[in-house]
Amino acid sequence: MIRPSPAALLGSALAWTMLGAAIVFLLAPLVVTVLVSLSPSPVFALPSGTLSTRWYERVGRLDGLLDSILLSLQIAGLATAIALLLGTPAAIAIARGRFPGREALATFLVSPLMLPGLVIGIALLQYFRALGLVEAFPSLLLAHVMIVLPFVMRTLTAGLTLFDFTLIDAARTLGLSWPRAVLRVMVPVLAPSFITGGLFGFLSSIDNYPISIFLTDVYHRTLPVQLLQYLGESPDPTVAAVSSLIIGLTVLVLILGDRLVGLNRMAGV
Amino acid sequence: MNAIARRLGVGWLAAPATAYALILFAVPLALLLVGSLRTLGGWSLAAYGEFLGSAYSWQVIGRTLRLAVLTTAICLLIGYPAAFALARTRGWVQSLLVAALLLPLSLSVIVKAFGWTVLLRANGVVNATLMALGLTDAPIRLLFTETGLLIGITNIFLPFMILPIFSVIRQIDPRLTDAAATLGGGPLHAFLRVVAPLTAPGVVAGVTLVFSLSIAAYVIPNLLMGDAYQTLSTTIATSFLFLQDPQKGSVAGVVLLLMSLVVVVASVVLGKRVRGGGA
Repeated sequence: MIRPSPAALLGSALAWTMLGAAIVFLLAPLVVTVLVSLSPSPVFALPSGTLSTRWYERVGRLDGLLDSILLSLQIAGLATAIALLLGTPAAIAIARGRFPGREALATFLVSPLMLPGLVIGIALLQYFRALGLVEAFPSLLLAHVMIVLPFVMRTLTAGLTLFDFTLIDAARTLGLSWPRAVLRVMVPVLAPSFITGGLFGFLSSIDNYPISIFLTDVYHRTLPVQLLQYLGESPDPTVAAVSSLIIGLTVLVLILGDRLVGLNRMAGV
Repeated sequence: MNAIARRLGVGWLAAPATAYALILFAVPLALLLVGSLRTLGGWSLAAYGEFLGSAYSWQVIGRTLRLAVLTTAICLLIGYPAAFALARTRGWVQSLLVAALLLPLSLSVIVKAFGWTVLLRANGVVNATLMALGLTDAPIRLLFTETGLLIGITNIFLPFMILPIFSVIRQIDPRLTDAAATLGGGPLHAFLRVVAPLTAPGVVAGVTLVFSLSIAAYVIPNLLMGDAYQTLSTTIATSFLFLQDPQKGSVAGVVLLLMSLVVVVASVVLGKRVRGGGA
């Protein structure tokens, strides 16, 4: 063991300070939102003394909120299912295939994640208009598959690269049929990548604003579009209550993810 | 089944996803580019000339870039040391801290932006804290200022910097630093020569993510700054949603797209170099 030098001590003091500051900083807007939602005051104020649930009682009366939640859940659920169906074979092809341009294809399928959502949004808006597709639901669904797919591709490709494919051959030698071998050996190993990619893809579809804003209409507003409208119209603490409910739901999703795969794996570490 | 798969090659399994991404991602973007070059008479760069010829557009582009550079720099300054501390933690403490990073990362941007509008108000928590600490006598204006925007945007993207760096640091053998220290040279020398190069792939990944996310940010500037503050993103949105000027919006969109592509390509090249020359 080497005795830490003053420079090393200074370095680690800096590191711990930054970590502490980062955590407080990251959680501050969440904590404040929850506190404001519990305050009886009609202006955004921290509760002093008494707590109240009056803003939560008003959530149900918000115009269009329930519809937008249902729409977002439908779109995100369907888009995630389709993206997993498309993405799983593609990830196997990229991890196992020996065709030229494999790396380029992998980059291409993840690239929507790195490109500006608004630009994809206006491109799809003009494209769908040119094709005569004006209905909001199919437009949103087609677009959201493209939002979820990169998440699925990224985690599944990473998971498959680590997967030892000879295990399937081994299971075959032990007498399992090919589909059974895949089911018994590959599916359990890949399940964490499946769940992680699916969950993050699902969340990013639910949260998407930059693409959805161009594809929604008056009758089909996704949750983020509706939320931003509330903020523009009448910012009262009811929005804080809705936000707190979303924070609660996100916590539940993360707990679910932790139970299923473990948070460290979800963080990609 | 196996024989068929082998003959066709497993590569064909990528066909459906590739077709989907071509039809619903590549073609629409290509058509956006084509559309921005088309006028009633035929092909023309007139729209680009008009956009890039105006001093205001350059102001907007400069503002977009400055915001992204500052955000990335601040995230790196906070995130790099924080990732080191996080890698030192063990067991449930680490799980709890990772959870504290994942929660804001997974949470809706609009919810976080809303939280900041409350925090940054003149009578908000930030000002109350500053006044209680005696750092200021009167409330400072933060909402609708660039400082406030930077605080908010850094908050949104910080986890994207910490996590990739953290995952790289975790894989470094701590004995390596000790070994470097015994070979002479101070801890700073050991850090610069041994540890820093090993963390480079994580830094490249984090910087790329934060930079490309922040040049494209829309919700945060829109909520914390309002319409008067135009970045490339807000220009695209207002051109399409309010001004009914799709030509201008398309041109701004292509400019933003090209900027993002440059970042992605640069990161691929840099990433290869960092991994290749790490030894």
